[in-house]
Amino acid sequence: MEKPEYQQSSRRTESAFLNVGPSHPSMHGVIRIITELEGERVVGAELEIGYLHRCFEKDCENVGWGQAFPYTDRLNYVSPLINNVGWAMAVEKLFGVTVPERSQYIRVIVSEISRIVDHLTCIGAAAMEVGAMTVFLYFMKAREFLYDLIEMLTGARITVSYVRIGGVKADFPQGFEEKLRRALKEIEKVVIEVDKLLTRNRIFIDRMKGIGVLDRQRTIAYGITGPLLRATGVPYDVRKDMPYLVYDRFDFEIPVAEGCDSYSRYMVRMEEMRQSAKIIEQALGSIPAGAISVDLSGREMTGAEMVETAKRGRVKDYVGARAKVDLTLEGSDSQGASNVRLASQREMSLPSREECYGNIEGLMANFMLVMDNWGIRPPKGEAYHAVEGANGELGFYVVSDGTGKPMRARCRGPCFFPMASLHEMLTGYMIADIVPAFGSINMIAGELDR
Amino acid sequence: MSSIFDPVDNKTLKAIKEKFGDAVLEAGLDKGDLVAIVTAGSLHDIIAFLRDTPELDFNMLADLFGVDYLPRKPRFEVVYSLHCIERNERIRLRVQLNEKKCEMDTVTDLYPVANWLEREAWDMFGVVFRGHPNLKRLLMYEPFDGHPLRRDYPINKRQPLIGPKN
Repeated sequence: MEKPEYQQSSRRTESAFLNVGPSHPSMHGVIRIITELEGERVVGAELEIGYLHRCFEKDCENVGWGQAFPYTDRLNYVSPLINNVGWAMAVEKLFGVTVPERSQYIRVIVSEISRIVDHLTCIGAAAMEVGAMTVFLYFMKAREFLYDLIEMLTGARITVSYVRIGGVKADFPQGFEEKLRRALKEIEKVVIEVDKLLTRNRIFIDRMKGIGVLDRQRTIAYGITGPLLRATGVPYDVRKDMPYLVYDRFDFEIPVAEGCDSYSRYMVRMEEMRQSAKIIEQALGSIPAGAISVDLSGREMTGAEMVETAKRGRVKDYVGARAKVDLTLEGSDSQGASNVRLASQREMSLPSREECYGNIEGLMANFMLVMDNWGIRPPKGEAYHAVEGANGELGFYVVSDGTGKPMRARCRGPCFFPMASLHEMLTGYMIADIVPAFGSINMIAGELDR
Repeated sequence: MSSIFDPVDNKTLKAIKEKFGDAVLEAGLDKGDLVAIVTAGSLHDIIAFLRDTPELDFNMLADLFGVDYLPRKPRFEVVYSLHCIERNERIRLRVQLNEKKCEMDTVTDLYPVANWLEREAWDMFGVVFRGHPNLKRLLMYEPFDGHPLRRDYPINKRQPLIGPKN
């Protein structure tokens, strides 16, 4: 559908300026769009961002490499695990290490779970704003299944900080795989239901088709990646073109649409959710073994008991004992934690609690990683690593000067680029088209402003 | 000449070294990524060459940002990341700038997204882009004083309060 032309009237007219202000019910974050209107039509738009700028990059320069994870959670707060994985991989690239295989599979699984959560939120919110309230609530209910799983695994729903440099925090808890498979089945049902509600819905199509159009050449020139680029017909996906972790072992497709408009982006996101579920199924099928079998030769004692004994200095009492702790807790050696973290890399991973309290080398290693001005110290240099975030290529460029704090931590947030082009997407359309156009971009203010 | 990067036999690097000679100070592989350090004056022409040559065709500007290496001279660096979608190739161009002469030519005429990216680099580091249509602050508010991502800007520095003036 081509852009409608505005006909100049013979009377003198003046445009009106409307502020779609930072605080607005349909704005997904805090963004100010200053639109120039001629009647109901937008003839110009300017964006003002930065309302949620929280100095991510400056903050990361003041804390250690491992302590930047909570900051990365808050970048794209809808899919925080992907941000965690991106940061960890950039720093691991500086070191030049690869994490253990089970850890890679776990990172892939949690990234795909986060991706599904992000797409559910995006489509739900976008549908609600054009009037389909039911879809929003269905998707929120579906999202709850995944949030339950994330909470079971990491302890939090959004601010997870699950990944560590050198691996992940800890292994899957008991019963995680079955619960994940059941959740995926439920989500499949909800997605089919919503597909029936929206995809051939006359009202939805009228509102979304031909809106927010940015053709392929302009999309590429604006550096836009992710579902928006795939909706213009370009099959570019970081997971296929610059594979990382174990993505090259899985068989999945990159959905591509040809419409360049909001409706195509919706279709791409719906199909991407199915492909993510497919990846998770394959990963669960081929993930290498986790907790090692129980070793009955050593005495078992609870973690709390071991800590109490250590505090009293009775080191001999627990030499040769194993701590019985939950699989989701960091720092235990006996339950196969070395499968999920590079425990052999002294400079990166905290030693297990048994080591830390049991012998002096473990204690020193713990001290070196935790105290200020020590910590993880990558070699000098620069590294850039990109992962496929839910909105496109999420990249981290890290510069190390050899100390325990980053010298520069740049986050290439995928939302920044479509927002730079939003004025082009809105010009020539009606005010009411701002909402579906903006909703299809899935702008997350945390990632845009950092 | 010993380079800080690993040597590589790559068509793109060869093409820019051939065409621009001395303007390319260093080129090679850095942890698997193609990187070239170039002079500030030649950058616009190098990027135009990379974009417009049909065999190279770097049609996406993936990123543009500044880095402050404070104790080092030259202090600033502006990093450009170009991507060619068809050949799936990425190249990083780094330009080193002195503190006193912290300006370079804009690439907004080549890639429209540079408009916002350069505004952010100006906002955060104070790098001036000559020829930019609208070089004002992007993430900070207008009356903000200073360039926050510089290493000598203390993280807990306070700014004067702003508000409506009657």
